[in-house]
This record gives sequence, C-alpha cells and structure tokens, in this order.
Amino acid sequence: MARFPKPAEGSWTQHYPQLGTKPVSYEDSISPEFFELEREAIFKRAWLHVGRVEQIPKTGNFFTKEIAVARTSIIIVRGDDGEIRAFHNTCRHRGNRLVWNDLPQAEVSGTTRQFSCKYHGWRYGLDGACVFAQQEGEFFDLDKADYGLVSVHCETFAGFIFVNLSREPTQSLRDYLGPMILGIEGYPFDKMTDHYTFQVEVGANWKVFSDAFMEFYHAPIVHGGQHMPPIAAQVRKDGYEAPYYQLDGPHGVVTTAGSVHRVWEMPREMVKPADIVTHSGLFGPWDKSDLGELPKGITPGGTEPWGLSSFQFFPNFAILIWEAGWYNTHQFWPTSYNTLKFEGIVCSLPAKNASERVGREMAAVAFKEYSLQDANTLEATQLGLEARVADFWPLNDQEVLVRNFHQSVGDWVDEYQRERMKG
Amino acid sequence: MSATVTLPAAFSFLQPYAQRWSLETERARWGARMSSSMEDLQAYYDAIFPHVEEAIAYCDKFPLDAMPEDAVNLLRMIYSFIIVSFPVELWHQPGVPDTAATDFVRISEPLP
Repeated sequence: MARFPKPAEGSWTQHYPQLGTKPVSYEDSISPEFFELEREAIFKRAWLHVGRVEQIPKTGNFFTKEIAVARTSIIIVRGDDGEIRAFHNTCRHRGNRLVWNDLPQAEVSGTTRQFSCKYHGWRYGLDGACVFAQQEGEFFDLDKADYGLVSVHCETFAGFIFVNLSREPTQSLRDYLGPMILGIEGYPFDKMTDHYTFQVEVGANWKVFSDAFMEFYHAPIVHGGQHMPPIAAQVRKDGYEAPYYQLDGPHGVVTTAGSVHRVWEMPREMVKPADIVTHSGLFGPWDKSDLGELPKGITPGGTEPWGLSSFQFFPNFAILIWEAGWYNTHQFWPTSYNTLKFEGIVCSLPAKNASERVGREMAAVAFKEYSLQDANTLEATQLGLEARVADFWPLNDQEVLVRNFHQSVGDWVDEYQRERMKG
Repeated sequence: MSATVTLPAAFSFLQPYAQRWSLETERARWGARMSSSMEDLQAYYDAIFPHVEEAIAYCDKFPLDAMPEDAVNLLRMIYSFIIVSFPVELWHQPGVPDTAATDFVRISEPLP
C-alpha cells in the first residue's frame, strides 16, 4: 500500500515510459572497455562541477582540479577583470604539468600574479597568455601568442563552477542543467560558507557508487542502526517510500517527507542522548537556520512536510538541500573502471557561537558515519557484480533515478559512438 | 612530554581526559577514537555527558574568533564527546560496523 500517491500511470518509472520496467544489466559498471568509452563520451563532453566561486574571491586566486578520468588537470583562476577562467594545467613548452607542489597529482590552491613552470621557467598570465619564455632567442620563429595555456569552457550556476572539456560544448551550462535544476537558483549557497570537506578512494565503479545516493530504498537497512533501537526497528519494517521523483533529461531529483527527520518531536527515549544535548544529529541541527525566503524549486512536487531534496546533476555531482537549513554535496570522480574518489562537503551558514558550531560538528560527524556505511557496502556490491553470476538485476520504483542514470550513460555512449562512426 | 592542556576551572574534573581528548582536528579525534578500547570510550563519555550542556553554555560566553585558550580546549572536548557518542550509544565498538575497508577523511573544517 503506497503511503504517497503515485503518478496516474501507476508508478514513477512508468510515468517516464522511455525507461521501461525490465531488469537492467550492470555490464556498464564492470567493463574496463565501457569505462574507456565513458572517458570520451561523458567526461569529455558533459558539464562537470569543479568548485565554488567563494574558493577564489579575488584576482589571482586559483585552485587546480585533478580530472583523472579525462587524464587532465585544470587550473581555475580569477583574472584581473574578475572573470573566472579555466585552463588545462599543462605548460605549452614541453607539456610539463604547470601548477603543483611536491606531488604532481595532488590538487593545490593559492594566489599568484603569474603561473611559472617548474621545468624551464615559462610563465603565463591569469588570462592564460604566455608572457615569458626562458631564453626566447634560442627558439626558432617562436611567437609566444601561439603558446598560451589551452583554455577550457567554464561557466557558473548559483556560484557553482562547471567546466566542459569538449572543444565546443553543444549546450550552454544553463541549457544543459535544464529547468528542474535551475529552479534551485536563489538558494543562499553563497552565504553558507562553513564547510566540512571529506574525501576517500573507494573500490567501486563510479556509477555503482552514485546509485546509492540516488535512492533511499537502502537507508532503513544500511543506516537504520543510526537510530535508537525502537526507531531502527520501525524504519526497517516500514521500508522507504519517497513522496516525489522527477527527471529532467539525464538529471533527477528525489524528495523525502519530513516526519522521520523531525527528531525533536519524538519521545526522548527514541532519541540518541548525544543528539539531545547537542540539539543536532543525522539530519542536521534542530534549531533551523533562518535562510529567509527560499526558491520554490528546492521542494519540487511541493512535498509537505518536507525533509530534503536530493538533486542529481548528470554525470557525477549531487546537491542535497535539507529542511533544517543546510546543504551537502556529493561528487564521484572515477579513477578506473572499479575505483573512484568520493568527495562530500557539508555546508552551513557560519556558526555565530559555540552552540551552533557544536550542532554543525554533530551533523558532520553523523554524515561521516553514514557515508562510511555506504562506501563499504558499495565495495561489496562491486565485488558481487564482478563475479558475473547473472546478467540482469531488477530495479524497483524507488530506484527510478538509478534506472534513468544508467540509461542516460548508455545513451551518451551510444550517441558518441554513432558520431564517431559518422566521422 | 607535551604541554598540559588547561581547561576552565569549573571543568577541572575533566582534566584526566584532556590530554587524550582535547584535539584540534577531526582527524586527530577520529584517530583517538579508533585507537581506544570501548572501556576508554565509555569512561570518557560517562565523565563528560552530564556536563555537555553546561560546557556548551560556558563556551557560548565568548565569540568564536576570540575564545580564550582554555575555552577552546573545552570546545574540543565537546567535539570528542560527539565522536565517541556513536560507538558508545550505537555501535558498541570503536569503528562503524561493516566499514573496515573504507575511511572518509575530513580534509578541512571550520576552526575552532
């Protein structure tokens, strides 16, 4: 018996008839050959989130982003004119990686007037122009104007910086994101500068890993233990249903109902003692941050009571906006067909006092506890899939975003191969 | 021998735990949790739990960017209480069950 109304077609999945309802193949997550296609078809063609504008507020502020799946590193820098630009992090003299400290693969950030190569000392301005070649007279007809850094398409949305590694993107960032995601514009991401940042390498395909962040069907089982025993038993018995799902092209959103999250309304014996004394927990601080009027787009479907909305940006980024007035991001960077780097950031308004800081600390610690549960489980999933004991796996209606995600990846790869055939 | 960690006089009863639990970063606190026995975690939890709200109220008397050193030390003890509350209240072991193959490293955080 459904706790929330389903679309007229009978299910969220059938509401999007292109998805079908058949069991799906996970060959896309265990095939090294398919991963080689994804590098080109997806990561060198889609808009990829790389950071926030607040990371580089002033002229000369920069950071680098390692995009191993596209075998490159990008420099993102704010120029003299205040514009944010992106360049491949490769010196144009003989290809040395330009900006790094100690470890060439490690990401760095800082402030500079010029980027200077550690190998032969060539220098580049904040606009990417080559401004100095060591012993220029030794070269043959060298025109420095021909040797600026290779630029990368870079656009921002709601303060999130995206790059596109294709020569000419087929869509602007805003057209690519589409109306559903554009609907969160106006949320005060720019004011929420208390950031708790986490990273880990996990032994799972990037899609297998992302899948767990697109459905909450697993939550009562994998995460139920984070509740006190009576609630844990109840959520396990009830299972999980989302009040609302929506797809917009390859992107998706799922919302949750607020009732489970309103921990402070529960009898005290149902609540973790540490949550009571810190006024915070798994779903964030109990004392809701006042963010002013928020865009309607953060609660698509008008979910009420509302818990959170999880916006999945194709291919590898997600923003989760929580009712208690904070948000977190997930990002999934493949490093091989069966490994990825997972990044999570928990973001709030700056704490005004120790009480608020303690509440944020509790939320950030809980975030780590449940992320560890996900990460470890997904290594187990990868191992199970790689055993190749079956060809098809059933997906239910609460896994509609998973179904759309894998189908979208398949569509992008097919389209890339068709274009390549046409030459 | 590292310097003694001072706590506000009203919280001097936590002094036996200060050296181990008044730690600046989550990475250090996570390390302390994972290298402790359940008896150690329970003992720290039992010592601080009845006084957590009081300790938060004490720290609230100062602006976050101008806290005296002893109050910062106390705030870090509250953070450690949070990180040990999960093993004590839920897991009954220092680590999160079924997560031995992974970590999730906090690489930056607001301070203090």
